[in-house]
Amino acid sequence: MSVTLPIYLDNNATTRTDPRVVDAIIPFFSNVYGNSASKSHPFGWAAEEAVDKARAQVASLIGADPREIVFTSGATESNNLAIKGIAEMYAEKGDHIITVVTEHKAVLDTCKHLESTGKSVTYLEVDDNGLICLDELKAAITDKTILISVMAANNEIGVLQPIAEIGAICKERGIIFHTDATQIVGKIPFDVEALGIDLASFTAHKMYGPKGIGALYVRRRSPRVRLSAQIDGGGHERGFRSGTLNVTGIVGFGEAAALCQAEMASDAARLQVLRDAMEARLLQEIPECQVNGSREHRLPGLLNISFGFVEGESLLMGLCDVALSSGSACTSASLEPSYVLKALGVGDELAHSSLRFGLGRFTQPEEVEWVTEKVIAEVARLREMSPLWELHLEGVDLSTVQWQPH
Amino acid sequence: MPYSDKVLDHYNNPRNVGSFDKSDTTVGTGIVGAPECGDVMKLQLKINADGVIEDAKFKTFGCGSAIASSSLATELVKGKTLEEALQLQNTDIVEELALPPVKIHCSVLAEDAIKAAIADYRQKNGITA
Repeated sequence: MSVTLPIYLDNNATTRTDPRVVDAIIPFFSNVYGNSASKSHPFGWAAEEAVDKARAQVASLIGADPREIVFTSGATESNNLAIKGIAEMYAEKGDHIITVVTEHKAVLDTCKHLESTGKSVTYLEVDDNGLICLDELKAAITDKTILISVMAANNEIGVLQPIAEIGAICKERGIIFHTDATQIVGKIPFDVEALGIDLASFTAHKMYGPKGIGALYVRRRSPRVRLSAQIDGGGHERGFRSGTLNVTGIVGFGEAAALCQAEMASDAARLQVLRDAMEARLLQEIPECQVNGSREHRLPGLLNISFGFVEGESLLMGLCDVALSSGSACTSASLEPSYVLKALGVGDELAHSSLRFGLGRFTQPEEVEWVTEKVIAEVARLREMSPLWELHLEGVDLSTVQWQPH
Repeated sequence: MPYSDKVLDHYNNPRNVGSFDKSDTTVGTGIVGAPECGDVMKLQLKINADGVIEDAKFKTFGCGSAIASSSLATELVKGKTLEEALQLQNTDIVEELALPPVKIHCSVLAEDAIKAAIADYRQKNGITA
């Protein structure tokens, strides 16, 4: 089996820009380089035409009208614009927002910021599958609730929240529904009409487009959603987001969206087969490991799995030829293990030894096989070296041991 | 994350991995650290009648630097008397492995493990230091 190292299995962090997307972008650096807001000459007209085409491609992917797409710098900006924009615009109607503890930091920290300005935020807990309880959501709604923000697919565990059901609840209660759709758009079908979504944040680089370009879907009718702009200036993007449009990025985003729309079904089916085979083999070959998050409601190309009795950083060291993410503190700036896994009730030790495999459009079956065998070998090697594994095999319950923390 | 060549070498080819019988009176066992801290080291010393460490084994749950620190510790103590082994400092390990500041605790743990193993041996055999 021949593979080229290192192997990239971190497609939920970012994806390789599809070569067809790169080809589509290139002319817009040196030939069609006008400002799409320049109305007085052909350079501007050509750029505007390209932006219009891309806007239609992006809108089509999520079942929206092109006039409902606001281009931003990425999903973080979209999340900020949606949540802060609603909180400000609807301040007279209410001051309460409902979100979930497993949201991305771009949502959580935005909500924390709003709390510091006097808004009230409810953070829903999740069950051990990572899913929210709809009854808890309903119970959290007050007459001051103006916004519910629940992510469609989680970035660490790939778990899919019941978005259509949440959309129906929001519609019934007259509350605006925002979803961070960063991980789902382009991967599996996502239709803002069918799901009853009012605002959706997403970005090009998670779907084989370039970095630095994202979008916020803003519903135009029933209801017409209004937002306070967070960046003021020339009134671009119907006043929602000022700033000269990133024409190259937008063209790439449009092309990436069109490719996803055409190839989503086959990509998703292929990735699901690869992921399921990897998961089955790891579970079969490695005792004391667990898949984190719902296996039923999950993105097709993502696998988050924890290995008992091995330490996360040493495991990553053994997998240095593979690009992947870990729930371990050692791979991130913070000292705490993944707050998402903790919210699922995964203990610190298992959270530390969790790995996120993110398969993507360019992932080859041989690569997945190579990584799977490498993980099996490394876990076995490290367990052979682990005093905890030895105690476990002796039948000792580790929680009863008197440790000497240092 | 950059690791020194020596850490990588000990991680990839750890010396003296394994276990001795804990109940053997010629064996001293030191287990230090805690799983929730991310490091547990078990160091065992086999001591001959002359009070010399004739063999050493380890098992470590921890990062690469922790594995390397304990692997190196087993090499350093072999052939030493208990008194000499007690003179070993964590800084000896830091220097040898070129550990960065955030990994110094791994070397401290290794030093503690040596001391704990010697204390266990002495206690077992009724020796007061």
